[in-house]
Amino acid sequence: MDTTLKISKIKDGTVIDHVPGGMAFKVLSILRVDDLNENSISIGVRVPSEQMGQKDVIKVENRYLERVEVDKISFVAPEATISIVKNYNISEKYKVRLPEKIIGFIRCINPNCISNAREPVNSEFKLISRMPISIRCEYCERSMSEREILQNL
Amino acid sequence: MLKGNSVVSISDIGKDEMLELFKLADSYSRSVEQGQRIDSLHGSIMATFFYEPSTRTRLSFESAMHRLGGSVISVSEAKSSSVAKGETLADTVRMAASYSDIIVIRHPMDGAAKLARKFSSKPIINAGDGSGQHPTQTLLDLYTIRKELSDIDGKEITMLGDLRYGRTVHSLLLALSEFDVKINLVSPPLLRVPQHILDQVQSMVKIRVTENLNDVISDSDVLYVTRIQKERFTDETEYNSVIGSYIVNSDIVSTMKKNSIVMHPLPRVNEISPEVDADPRAAYFRQAANGIPVRMALLSMILGGK
Repeated sequence: MDTTLKISKIKDGTVIDHVPGGMAFKVLSILRVDDLNENSISIGVRVPSEQMGQKDVIKVENRYLERVEVDKISFVAPEATISIVKNYNISEKYKVRLPEKIIGFIRCINPNCISNAREPVNSEFKLISRMPISIRCEYCERSMSEREILQNL
Repeated sequence: MLKGNSVVSISDIGKDEMLELFKLADSYSRSVEQGQRIDSLHGSIMATFFYEPSTRTRLSFESAMHRLGGSVISVSEAKSSSVAKGETLADTVRMAASYSDIIVIRHPMDGAAKLARKFSSKPIINAGDGSGQHPTQTLLDLYTIRKELSDIDGKEITMLGDLRYGRTVHSLLLALSEFDVKINLVSPPLLRVPQHILDQVQSMVKIRVTENLNDVISDSDVLYVTRIQKERFTDETEYNSVIGSYIVNSDIVSTMKKNSIVMHPLPRVNEISPEVDADPRAAYFRQAANGIPVRMALLSMILGGK
């Protein structure tokens, strides 16, 4: 008897694979699943993976990711692969990549940073290190660790 | 290139430009001493925005501009300006850029000068932003070391006191990392230099971190003392527990090298005893006076005066 639970294929949409085990929910919050009324979503949490030991997989029907969503996911799942599925076939597949410049979607951890004030600017960071992940605020020059980034995403 | 550009961080000035600036400051220093009239910035207007209290920095900027024949317009307090009506710093700066040729700004928030630069069509000089940078203080600190000890390279520099919140320390550390120096950081554990600053300099310069001034005092060429700033603490008990650490008195200074110097960005509270003032090694008032020629040189190089 086959004891494995398989996630069914999707016709059109996006597959986010190689997400670290347990991080699927963080990815779903990035995709604002509350707003995805029409899309069906399949999630595999902590499924066995040869490369990663265990991993999460997310399949979203009829939904394609925007650049900023992919950039956000790269901080949660730096090894993730994104596949765009059209009519049951993978039409495009790529690995996420941490952006060199991070504009607008991470809040600076320094409460006294001018980017947190009522000013007409986006937050702005520069990627300092990929392993471990570290970014530096272009305004106050405070650096943020991976844990701090995830809390302010 | 300083001409036409902003100085929001000490890294905006290259080492060669810094040395050129010091030579120009030497010449302005002589001119001022000799009572010569300089008119190189006649017709230029400097706007100053000091959203935080300042005596020395503000007066020396304004004096420097007047000494170069330029004019000054200023807003002294946020509550007397349009900020009180809810205007953003971005809008204030855009407006000020159309009224002046250069803008000097001090602001309580970190990174304010960088934001100002983004919205200004005229050069911005950062006169201190939050616990961020204070590049002109750094320039005059380096100028003082060079003038007093004839060189910066080869010197052992000890920084003492509030190394966590003191913005002059952060700027100075970054600048010193461009020179061949040894740096000792002496502070209580609570007031150590933030890790993100150390990360930027550690690979470039030899740094020793200690709580004990006696470990390093006799080898130091420069003892750079800072005030423990009450306004940076949210908890008064925390402030009281560290104030009074490391008071520099004559006994301490007597263990220093004969040709070493004691510096302080001022104002001091009680971290240097007044008895030290008479010692020739006490360089802090000479250091404060250097603020004029250094700022004259900076204004002149940015605005292109002769």
